[in-house]
Amino acid sequence: MEELLQILTDLHDDVDFETEEHLIDNGILDSMDIITLITEISDAYDVTITAKDIVPANFNSAKALYALIERLENED
Amino acid sequence: MLFTSYAFIGFAAALLLLYYCIPKKAQWVLLLAASYLFYAIAGPEFLPYIFATTATVYLAARLLERTADKQAACLKAHKADWSKEEKKAYKGKQKQKRLAVLILCLLFNLGILAVVKYSDFFLSNVNGILRAVGSARTLSFLGLAVPLGISFYTFQSVGYLIDVYRGAVRAERNPFRFALFVSFFPQLIQGPIGRYGALRETLYGPHRFDGKTVAFGLERVLWGYFKKMVVADRLLVAVTALVSDTQLYSGAYAPVILLFYTVQLYADFTGGIDITIGLAEAMGIRMQENFLRPYFSKSLKEYWRRWHISMCSWFRDYLFYPISVSPGMRRLTKFTRRHFGERAGKRLPLYLSTAAVWFATGVWHGASWNFIVWGMCNWAVLMLSEECEPLYKKFHTRFSVGKTFPYKLFRVARTFALVCALNLFDCYASVADTGRVFFSMFTASNWHVLRDGSLLELGLAPADYAVLAIGVLLMLAVSLLQRRGSLREQILRRPYPVRFCLWFGLFLLVLLLGAYGFGYDASQFIYNQF
Repeated sequence: MEELLQILTDLHDDVDFETEEHLIDNGILDSMDIITLITEISDAYDVTITAKDIVPANFNSAKALYALIERLENED
Repeated sequence: MLFTSYAFIGFAAALLLLYYCIPKKAQWVLLLAASYLFYAIAGPEFLPYIFATTATVYLAARLLERTADKQAACLKAHKADWSKEEKKAYKGKQKQKRLAVLILCLLFNLGILAVVKYSDFFLSNVNGILRAVGSARTLSFLGLAVPLGISFYTFQSVGYLIDVYRGAVRAERNPFRFALFVSFFPQLIQGPIGRYGALRETLYGPHRFDGKTVAFGLERVLWGYFKKMVVADRLLVAVTALVSDTQLYSGAYAPVILLFYTVQLYADFTGGIDITIGLAEAMGIRMQENFLRPYFSKSLKEYWRRWHISMCSWFRDYLFYPISVSPGMRRLTKFTRRHFGERAGKRLPLYLSTAAVWFATGVWHGASWNFIVWGMCNWAVLMLSEECEPLYKKFHTRFSVGKTFPYKLFRVARTFALVCALNLFDCYASVADTGRVFFSMFTASNWHVLRDGSLLELGLAPADYAVLAIGVLLMLAVSLLQRRGSLREQILRRPYPVRFCLWFGLFLLVLLLGAYGFGYDASQFIYNQF
């Protein structure tokens, strides 16, 4: 989780990712951020995020994103 | 049947009346009949196209779902006796089957769109190449008529199919209910491009008559007519004159064209969408918003999140994301990293995917190089601003002007000017004409035309300019008030006489100032042609 929070903070240093739960709904992360984020996550965790995983429910908070990473790690 | 015709108003009024008189279970059937009637009136020869899309997408979606259900049942049955590798191999095989169904259906439907909309554009480019290499041979054009709303209903259907493939929604079992989703007449000709997951909640009813909902819907329809008929169609007269002669109307006329067309486009498209969403709302059907005060955007990136939202989100979800995370892109990223460094490898998916999306967006808007160049210019500006982001951050750290009102206003004005400039590509048939007119303003020597009465020779009298000024101020005021929440809710809290005067006043404005007097012709909506 620490590593994920660092990736997110590198992307937007003005957001409190530990508490923010509406990253997509509130327009904090846009589509370009998401692609940058996916590239970073794929490198750090060696998981493959596909287009069908890119839904607000998976990207609205650091917690949800971490749950997605864990799920993908288990699937692999 | 144009939205601005008496026939359409009569059609919509009769439908609304009937809609609330018949049994609620039959409401969606009435809507389906009305939608096909609407489409048949537009051109019975186009019916086979929409029928083919409806039938193929319906069947493909059902097949995809059946395969997915079978897979789930099979995996459940073999939960204990299959190894992990066996399960993985089975899933891979099923995935290939489903992908084949998806690709076939996409090729068929996007193929129809490509043939009817783009074949002549393709042939004209082939002829150009043949001429360039000295060949005397020319290919003759197909001259196919483009079915009404084909881009919109094809994209809506394709989006649904991909959602079913991804397992985001269950396939619709009833073919007639699905036919309504594809053909729902208010959105058929210019969007918004609806998502099945959201629309199915309200499209099929049942809807009880609710005075407030009907009134709110009709208020929005009226506001749409005001924008379209009082502002957009009035400006159309001047814009048509201005773009008819690139030699005469250049130089100082160029900023006038940019401004007039940008206001016309806004009033025309948002007005049309207001009529669409308002009419659906009057029938109890909630549709996705397509605009969020786009001209208040502080950057081009923000503008594209607030303008034609349904199209932009379609391209994002069904093109941008799949390309960005595709296996091919991942391989290319790795290759770029190895040969050109970490940063280039990280930026590559973003650059290529956005380039593909903007190319497709340009092509979607029309079969012309003008639209393609327009799309690529948008891409270039967006990528440039993305690359300049660290510079902006440094600037804001050093100078704390970022949150001041004048700076925000400057950013809004800068974005508006940029959008105006990009919109010029819509106005002309060729990139050369667009460039010639745009750059002529920087070397203009005819600035006197802005004050010597030349603007009164564009088909608009001083009274028309006064009406336009009032219209633009009203649109601006409404947008500003909407920032505090729903304007209709704010009006609802006013006493009844005030409300009545407001809406009756707006009705009178449309009736008296709508551009349908001598010399005017209620025109088609700009986005109908897309």
